[in-house]
Amino acid sequence: MIEQPEPKTDVLAKRDAIVAGLRHLLPASGVIAEPLRLKPYETDGLSAYRQVPLAVVLPETTEQVAAVMAFCHAQGVRVVPRGAGTSLSGGALPMADAVVLGLMRMNRILDIDYADRCAVVQAGVTNIGITQAVAQRQFFYAPDPSSQLACMIGGNVNMNSGGAHCLRYGVTANNLLGLKIVTVEGEILDIGGAYLDAAGYDWLGLLTGSEGQLAIVTEVTVRILRSPEGARAMLAAFTSNEIAGACVDSIIASGIIPVALEFMDRPAIHACEAFAHAGYPLDAEAMLIIEVEGSTAEQDDLLARIRDICAQHAPISLEVAKTAEQSLAIWKGRKGAFGAVGRISPDYLCMDGTIPTSQLPAVLRRIGEMSASYGLQVANIFHAGDGNLHPLIMFDANSAESFHKAEAFGADILRLCVEVGGCLTGEHGVGVEKRDLMGVQFTEIELDQQRRVKSAFDPGWLLNANKVFPLTAALRA
Amino acid sequence: MQTHFTAEQLRDPGIASANQVLRTCVHCGFCTATCPTFVLLGDELDSPRGRIYLIKDMLESGRPATEEVVRHVDRCLSCLSCMTTCPSGVNYMHLVDHARTYIEQTYQRPWHDRALRAVLGLVLPRPALMRAALLGARLAKPFAGLLPKTGQLPLRLRALLRLAPASLPPASHLDRPQDHKPVGPRRGRVALLAGCAQTVLDPAINAATVRLLTRLGIEVVVAKGAGCCGALAHHMGKHDPAMDAARANIAAWCAEMDGGGLDAVIINTSGCGTTVKDYGYMFRNEAPDWADRAARVSAIAMDITEYLVRIGYTPTRAAPPLTVAYHAACSLQHGQKVTDAPKSLLRQAGFKVAEPAEGHLCCGSAGTYNMLQPEISSQLRARKLGNLHATGADLIAAGNIGCMTQLAGDTLPVVHTIELLDWMAGGPQPERLATLVTA
Repeated sequence: MIEQPEPKTDVLAKRDAIVAGLRHLLPASGVIAEPLRLKPYETDGLSAYRQVPLAVVLPETTEQVAAVMAFCHAQGVRVVPRGAGTSLSGGALPMADAVVLGLMRMNRILDIDYADRCAVVQAGVTNIGITQAVAQRQFFYAPDPSSQLACMIGGNVNMNSGGAHCLRYGVTANNLLGLKIVTVEGEILDIGGAYLDAAGYDWLGLLTGSEGQLAIVTEVTVRILRSPEGARAMLAAFTSNEIAGACVDSIIASGIIPVALEFMDRPAIHACEAFAHAGYPLDAEAMLIIEVEGSTAEQDDLLARIRDICAQHAPISLEVAKTAEQSLAIWKGRKGAFGAVGRISPDYLCMDGTIPTSQLPAVLRRIGEMSASYGLQVANIFHAGDGNLHPLIMFDANSAESFHKAEAFGADILRLCVEVGGCLTGEHGVGVEKRDLMGVQFTEIELDQQRRVKSAFDPGWLLNANKVFPLTAALRA
Repeated sequence: MQTHFTAEQLRDPGIASANQVLRTCVHCGFCTATCPTFVLLGDELDSPRGRIYLIKDMLESGRPATEEVVRHVDRCLSCLSCMTTCPSGVNYMHLVDHARTYIEQTYQRPWHDRALRAVLGLVLPRPALMRAALLGARLAKPFAGLLPKTGQLPLRLRALLRLAPASLPPASHLDRPQDHKPVGPRRGRVALLAGCAQTVLDPAINAATVRLLTRLGIEVVVAKGAGCCGALAHHMGKHDPAMDAARANIAAWCAEMDGGGLDAVIINTSGCGTTVKDYGYMFRNEAPDWADRAARVSAIAMDITEYLVRIGYTPTRAAPPLTVAYHAACSLQHGQKVTDAPKSLLRQAGFKVAEPAEGHLCCGSAGTYNMLQPEISSQLRARKLGNLHATGADLIAAGNIGCMTQLAGDTLPVVHTIELLDWMAGGPQPERLATLVTA
């Protein structure tokens, strides 16, 4: 179990008073404090780490969030923000003395401006909910994390989430225009707005990916884009992970940027096919999903060029989706990939390192070797085009030994990513999962400077204090 | 996901099955997004993942169910939308069914809750009692306004009175045990689950089913001894009455399978269909002969639309220019994964078929849910009707009497899919469409 900051004894001692105070600020159903009902909030998408919080609050408005923050600040209570609870890095893992601030009830679309191509939504709107709200007018919101069905835009902002189509459209940071935030003291601030650049410092850039440590995001203004004329996905099957990895590098090196370039290995192909029935090549060791978009002529041209590049890597098969249904099924399988691995293993740890694409073949080979030496199976599913790896390490959480091996294996993979010139995290955030590995990437001086940025926003370290940075002596005491 | 059952606990076959389900869940949270109660209430505890966690904790601890857990499990519609969404293949249905039985066995509900559940469990599966009760409800309808505006019991009573239809059709002789002989040469032989509540509320559904099948050359048996499928009791956690009802059906249909032979057991109420298809699982731990017979029945259970696709359906007249909004019952789309058959049959029949937005969300009917959880149910009904109206359709077609009753009373007429198919293949025009089309 991961080390947590020492709970504040004074906060634990006045638990009842804190809960009573919160009940004054919110409707009855918006405060959860009974032990049995707190239990499901003890974890998120990384269920290996768990901690029952002091209380959970479910505000419905920015004003209620501000009231909760002002109260918690005055009482010295730590706060852990939570969206849909789909984080794979434990971004919403509570602390024993913390109030979990859930934003799921803030799920309204506030404004859609087609003329200026932006939308204002509350933090608890799901990622796909934005696209669904504008799809009838042939618009979409571009970043598409695999959990887009469930994950919420507030969480996307805090983790700077990516997704399969970010190869072409950029990550959350590239698709944001403004935020409404609540500071740790409970003040409401507007950052940016429905225009392309903000005056002064790039506060938007600083807040995006800040993992709930600087402020609470309650509203988001996002860019929406015109949907492409059409899109087609191609499945390319190969005889080894390394060959598929080399093919990815050849495509990117040729200057072609497909809208998506995704990699799945044999275990992943089989698990996802069982869920999505997409016609994945079950005889392949590795498969690429390559999607192009534009007019039919543009698609044909790109597909032909990609086909030629793939052909140089001795593919088993190259198949373009024949119908819109098959395209949907191909993506359903890819997007459900992590969950689908639940069909072949009771538990997994999902890694999220990023490497230069030229290193793909070597890194995939090393992961294969580590898998053999740790005796744990790996499913590789990832955004190959931008070198964002997601090795899923399969283990059995009912065996402590298996879990510890998985943790060590994961840490080795992330060290390898840094070693070859990459970084610890692509799009899932550091959370608690990679917190103690930050020293592999950064020097103590660099980490201290980053901590000072947090301190400027949150001098008392009340916001999501157990994440991102290795625990300091002050938090341990 | 990690579980903490002792070896002793795992010797209980119910716990062993629950453990298997829990171990499949990877806690990814995808299910939350398509769960109607999470969408409305925005609380992890009212999502499938939250309920799975509450159930896990309750079963692991081995302690009796408590009010906190019961509240959230009761709010589950059992619509099974989560099972369609789940990439890991978690069998939430089997887990929540087990939890409901556990709650029924270990938790003492308030007196009025127990009383209402007992009455529903007694009345709904028995057509004669149901007919009498609805007559009583009709007489009580004008006094609904006298009920207090708040409180669980008054709200539930209001819901009961709202759902009671203003008039009842007479019972149909077609629903009594008998062999309906095919018209022309016999192409097949099936048993029809005549059902319980449906025979009282809308006998036209079975009538259309029998007419259409016999015209297509199928002999239709209403087996002696068959009755309620057991779903109503099953979903209230009443294990023994559910098993008794199922056993009676299994015995009746196995006798037919071993006698005249059966190609299928046909169900035209998808809520019941989901349960009949699960008989094999429900009886897995019973004596081997019963387990085998239950599995045989489940293996040939089919929704009427699945069967029509198998044997082939052709209309015999030109359809009127009507757009049908197809309402996918949860038990059909999520419980049985029958999604295309009803729509493609309606198109074959000549209708334009429209599909509402948020088609995956439940209408709030969910068996006895609309009587036990009237507040959430009425919100879901309004949302569903809004989406159905937005399609611009002339009428609604659905494959489940529960949804039909829930959506009735609005400006859009609601009919069973089979009534439209029968109409276009030589049957009479459904009465509810009289104002829409003048024959």
